Amino acid sequence: MAVSIRTDGEAAGPAPLSNRSATGASWDQPVLLRLVSIALFAGIWEVAGRIPVSFAFPTFSDTVVAFFGLLADGSLATAYLSTLQPLVLGVVLSAFLGVGLGTICGLWRTGEWLVIPVFIVLQAAPVAAFIPMVTFVYGIGMTAKTLAVMILALPVIVLNTYKAVRNVNESLLVMCRSFLGTRWQTVAKIILPDASPVIFAGLRLGVAAGFVGVVLAELLITPTGIGDLITFHRSRADYAEMYATIASIIALSTPTLVFLQWVEVRVFRPESRGA
Amino acid sequence: MGATALRNGPSPVPAPIDSIVEVRGIFKTYGNVEALRGIDLDFPRGKLTSLLGPSGCGKTTLLKIIAGLIRADGGTVAINGKHVTAPGPERAFVFQDFALMPWATVMRNVAFGLELRGTNKAEREAIARRYIAEVGLAGFEDKYPHQLSGGMRQRVGLARALSVDADVLLLDEPFSAVDEQNRRKFQEDLIRLRTNQNKTFIFVTHSIEEAVYISDRIVLLSPRPGRVSQIIEPEIDRSGDPERIHRDRHYLDTVEEIWQGLKQYVE
Repeated sequence: MAVSIRTDGEAAGPAPLSNRSATGASWDQPVLLRLVSIALFAGIWEVAGRIPVSFAFPTFSDTVVAFFGLLADGSLATAYLSTLQPLVLGVVLSAFLGVGLGTICGLWRTGEWLVIPVFIVLQAAPVAAFIPMVTFVYGIGMTAKTLAVMILALPVIVLNTYKAVRNVNESLLVMCRSFLGTRWQTVAKIILPDASPVIFAGLRLGVAAGFVGVVLAELLITPTGIGDLITFHRSRADYAEMYATIASIIALSTPTLVFLQWVEVRVFRPESRGA
Repeated sequence: MGATALRNGPSPVPAPIDSIVEVRGIFKTYGNVEALRGIDLDFPRGKLTSLLGPSGCGKTTLLKIIAGLIRADGGTVAINGKHVTAPGPERAFVFQDFALMPWATVMRNVAFGLELRGTNKAEREAIARRYIAEVGLAGFEDKYPHQLSGGMRQRVGLARALSVDADVLLLDEPFSAVDEQNRRKFQEDLIRLRTNQNKTFIFVTHSIEEAVYISDRIVLLSPRPGRVSQIIEPEIDRSGDPERIHRDRHYLDTVEEIWQGLKQYVE
């Protein structure tokens, strides 16, 4: 039983993908398939750990044990308390700011010329390299970590939103105009719903990037939270604990992405539900 | 069959007295292509007028100018005597590609025109429900467009246009993306709808048979530049079985005559 709970986290990478295709189909079979895929992953990990691939590579079962150890002594909870603050703040700010900016740029030529090139450069740049610079300007506190999250999350959200708004279905715009829709109604009732699949694809990528940002910040800026826990266990050669920590943050990002998907289908695109 | 209507052959007719839409001297160029040159037309109230012509004759452009969706380079359009350059509540448009919102149900799509006007939900849904039934889609209110066939989607488009209670319905090749069987059925329904609804229809088509089958009046446009070449009023009795019209001698003669006239424009 404990194993099945634990494994949810290990398969976090592929899970959102299989999720996406599963929304359309019936629910029973994909769940079974996903469990099989998770079990397979855990099995390979276990075997690789027993060979062992490297002395620094723990088995799956050791990692599970270490995870519960971390849960029990409260260090995981403490770490997440400090990691989640900049993460949630940064992701929420990026989502609203990104969708807002992207929408404005998609609708307004001048905004497009002012803002979009910056984000294209940001998206192309190895953004992690900026993090030391952020530390230099904003120190080692919350602000710096939140900024690190935003630097990684914002470009993809802005650019996706901008492209989605720009490529909105022309004939729906004409339809809205012919039925006397105002500018505001056109944006709210046609442009945003029509653009929402691509906007949400950007949000998913942005949120995933936000997780990267916060871990990077904690590894590079301030040894606090999850980043600190990883560094600490590495330095003590507690590899099982280190892997358990890494796995736990992957495990956390998965439900976040699933939640986003749920919001999208629920609020914007009901026709894609069970169709 | 239908002998009462066979007074004289299709003939050019003088401008009718009560015209709801008046088009005067419309010009339109795209780059250096002249799409429309000097169009003068009157559309009689309560009638179905078709704009017929080969591709490139500017018939859709003219319809969209009347709708206020495209600006003319010269000339005026008046509805009920008032000049218009933008869409208005007295006109409603039915789109060639349906233009339905894929994320909205049939109900919301049909009620969308009223939603934009701020009609409250209960009222607009009651109206929409009536027109959904009118176009034969009762029971499909909660379906999404992708769950409907092409013909049914265009019925949604038609119900949406009907529900805003405009005087003039503008239909831009509404059946071109609908399969043949559905088109026949739809045309019959349109004839029935016309008698029930006291509305003026302006209908763009490239199908001669379709135009003759449903129209009170056919405006033939010639291409490059688009000009009015002929106006025909087929006097076909549509009161009986719509199936009979297809075998009506007058119907067949009119189709043939129009074809002879249009032949020269077809390469």
